[in-house]
Amino acid sequence: MSIIDVSNVSKSYGGVKANSDVSITVEKGGITGLIGPNGSGKTTLFNSIVGYHPIDSGSIKYEGQEISHMQVPEIARLGLLRTFQQTRIYGAMDCVENMLISLPHRKMSLWDTLRSNTAEDRERAGHLLEFVGLYEKRHLRSGSLSFGQQKLLEFAMALMNEPTVLLLDEPTAGINPTLINGLIDRLKRANSEFGITLFIIEHNMRVIMNMADTIYCLAHGELLASGSSDDVQNDQRVIDAYLGAH
Amino acid sequence: MSINKTGLYVAILAFTVAAPFVFPNYGVQLGTLWLMIIVAMTWDMTGGQMGYNSLGNIFFYGTGMYVAAVIAIGLVYDVGEYTGAAGGGRYEFTDAQYFTGFILGTLGAGVFCAITAFIIGYVTFGLRGPYFAIGTLGVAIAAGELVSNWDWVGGGQGITLPVYPGNLDEGKVFIYFAFAITGVLLFIFLNWLYKTRFGAAINAIRDDEEKAEAMGIHTMRYKLVTWAMSAFFVGIVGGISAFQLISFEPLESAYQTINLGIFMVVCVLLGGKGTLWGPIIGAIMFQVFKEVTWNYFLGWQWVALGALIVVTVVYFQDGLMGWLRVTKPEWFGLTIDEKGNEQSQKAASSGEAAQ
Amino acid sequence: MKRGFSGPKRGENPGEEADLMDQIAGNIGLLIDYPLVNFKILIDGVMIGALFALAAYGLALVWGVMNVKNLAQGDFVIGGGYVSWWLVKNVGLHPLLGVPAAFVVMALLGGALHGTPIHNWARSQTKAMIWVSSITAVVFVIATYMGEQAGSIAGYAGLILTILLIINGGIYNLVISRVIERDLFTSLLATFGLAIMGAQIMNLLFGSDTQSLDLGYDTLYFADGLIDVPIAKLIGVVMAAALATAVILFMKRSRMGQAIRATAQDARAARVLGIDTEKVYAFTFSLNAAICGAAGAIIVMVWVIQPFYGITYSVRAFVIVTAAGLGNLPGVIAAGLGIGAAEQYGSHIFGIGYQQAIAVMLLLAVLIYRLMQQKRNRQVLQ
Repeated sequence: MSIIDVSNVSKSYGGVKANSDVSITVEKGGITGLIGPNGSGKTTLFNSIVGYHPIDSGSIKYEGQEISHMQVPEIARLGLLRTFQQTRIYGAMDCVENMLISLPHRKMSLWDTLRSNTAEDRERAGHLLEFVGLYEKRHLRSGSLSFGQQKLLEFAMALMNEPTVLLLDEPTAGINPTLINGLIDRLKRANSEFGITLFIIEHNMRVIMNMADTIYCLAHGELLASGSSDDVQNDQRVIDAYLGAH
Repeated sequence: MSINKTGLYVAILAFTVAAPFVFPNYGVQLGTLWLMIIVAMTWDMTGGQMGYNSLGNIFFYGTGMYVAAVIAIGLVYDVGEYTGAAGGGRYEFTDAQYFTGFILGTLGAGVFCAITAFIIGYVTFGLRGPYFAIGTLGVAIAAGELVSNWDWVGGGQGITLPVYPGNLDEGKVFIYFAFAITGVLLFIFLNWLYKTRFGAAINAIRDDEEKAEAMGIHTMRYKLVTWAMSAFFVGIVGGISAFQLISFEPLESAYQTINLGIFMVVCVLLGGKGTLWGPIIGAIMFQVFKEVTWNYFLGWQWVALGALIVVTVVYFQDGLMGWLRVTKPEWFGLTIDEKGNEQSQKAASSGEAAQ
Repeated sequence: MKRGFSGPKRGENPGEEADLMDQIAGNIGLLIDYPLVNFKILIDGVMIGALFALAAYGLALVWGVMNVKNLAQGDFVIGGGYVSWWLVKNVGLHPLLGVPAAFVVMALLGGALHGTPIHNWARSQTKAMIWVSSITAVVFVIATYMGEQAGSIAGYAGLILTILLIINGGIYNLVISRVIERDLFTSLLATFGLAIMGAQIMNLLFGSDTQSLDLGYDTLYFADGLIDVPIAKLIGVVMAAALATAVILFMKRSRMGQAIRATAQDARAARVLGIDTEKVYAFTFSLNAAICGAAGAIIVMVWVIQPFYGITYSVRAFVIVTAAGLGNLPGVIAAGLGIGAAEQYGSHIFGIGYQQAIAVMLLLAVLIYRLMQQKRNRQVLQ
């Protein structure tokens, strides 16, 4: 069953067509990957889905509901969560505070928010920090963490938020290569243990081939290929696009 | 709560209660000091804790004054006739009418301002950064101008309220305690609010609103509720001020955009924004500065005040608490991973290179 | 603090409030019955609007290039007016020459000397400068206290202070240069502090009475005296237009103009390419102060000035820039003229007391309109 349906979406900036007539589907409960060389329109598509800019034509549906005209916060409250390519965490707060702020506010009434955080909330925060391997650093100011650790923290925050779908924008970019395998493992576990649908933009082919059930490849704003990782990996057009042949 | 802290609170409370009797000559100044503390704390709710720098909170002060006056008068007489007579007719208020008017007037002012905050906030909170500051300032200026053209509430000449039914000194003490009780209640309220999830959520809006939106936090709802709570208290002290001044007019005492409207911001900046005690300390510092310049630098007080604003904003913007936070981080329970910091800088630069 | 603008005092005959609607209807009827009245209002509006547009253009410049939102804009205008007025009254300068004089003096106060040898020398003498200025300031304060006979001492002390301020790099160096890269609210508040200081210092120096300069020129009458155009106002508008044209040409043609535009687009890139952005900032700010000063010198010839009138010009400048957007010069001029006309119409229809309210309501309307526009783009106004 599909959870996000992007059909025939086009978006251009001035004369540059960033996306033209792109259609993809994200299956519920699965891991979907989006790859493509630099400037192929991956992030543009991502931003169209989460509501950062309007689209020129086409439709984007989330669980059957049209979301292409909604604002960012409305879309986020449907349970569609994103992480940022450049991490965005609350640098002045410590890790636990960062986790507690990520409690799923969309599920709370105003009355619920006028309470302090419960012991269970803290426990869950600690548990998830342990899951990403940041438990020892939980009381440090998060701005003082390394870039890779901040990415892990942002990932933990996303899990704390109990999203239905998690959209990750290049989760391994800028991360120490020795940590990448651990991150892949955790992403897979987030999918299998917490049942979160993942939609991942990734530059690193090895990473995405390891994880995704379905992969879409964009080039020059158009959908070039799609299918299982093997299909895409062996597609001559994808190889050409990555090697720069036109 | 440690014994130390309890002791501090008890001492402050005892001083608050005793102050008007120990310093009977300074009753008005002490009341004004509480007024400054309250408006500074309420400004900090949006400006310091939520990152929305309003220049128009004075709107609620002025509106509070007028609502309180209209309620207090309207309970007994026809407001239009009362203001139309402008001191010409004889309008008497009994003791009971005065106190009912006072209580219903101040509370009504608070509620009315909270509702108005919801309505105005729905528009202004779409604005960010300087546009929010300019937009709210615009609302306050426009309100002052419109009220000064509205004859039903006395137009540009303003409105006159009944006088306190006892003797003059008793009246000053009464007003002082009205301010002080509101201030103490506000402090208790904020002390609780900032520890809840709600407090964390508005801090998240301040630190990174885009991220907060992306996390599904109801940013608009929290912004509106915070402003409404802040407006509620400002409306109440506006109402109390109306009874303190007895006679007031729209542009210079009610919607005094460039006096109290800016003073409250300066108080918060002086003390340190985004902290519970910063606005209180800042308001005391500011009030002392103001009283000294007003008494000893007559004619130059505004120059000194402008200079204070410039110096505070340009050279000392983090205020006293911010300065302490940097010099004595252990007082605030902050720890920084020095080693991790170096790593993060390296990683961030290599991360940038990888993009 | 005194407010520069005054609402109408409450009606002489009580109970007139019900007639407001009649009054509005009557005023509109007048416009329809006598179309020429429209023409007169438009001419007045354009004249006022031209001067608003000058102040607004200066604001758009510093906002766009330096990201400084200058709330002291109106006080620069009034300051320029007083420079011209003082020179005419005390030195006997011709009022028309007061315009270039105000331009130069305000440019110096705005930091035109920043980076020149004299300013560098002053920097190396910081300690001595602080001593001289504190002593002068004390003399100034004491002299003002002592009343009339000490007035001249105060005047000289004030002159020395001004000169010290100018060779120290002006207001730019002490305040503005320190808020350029700071957050947006900082510049708004810091310049607000400057505005309070400036208005009060002018009040102490020149008194709180309204002042103006009479050129002694005739008034032209058209259409049986229904339309009157004082020649002084015509000259004022022509001078404003000439100034605007000169600034436009300067920005387009000169090297400094190019450097300013480059810095506005991307300060970092400009720095990398070898543009001294510090110098560009100082120049931009002093150019803004100079434009405002010249506008003020024109205003003192055609209307009146008063120490606390500054805020009205600041408000207008913000309305116009918000409406037109940054870096859109024709837009700024059009919006300036439009707001001038709208205000004249508004005060004709609703009464003069609503003039300030109309300007502010226009600002709010513009903000709401732009907000809705942004919402369609799934963006917020920031």
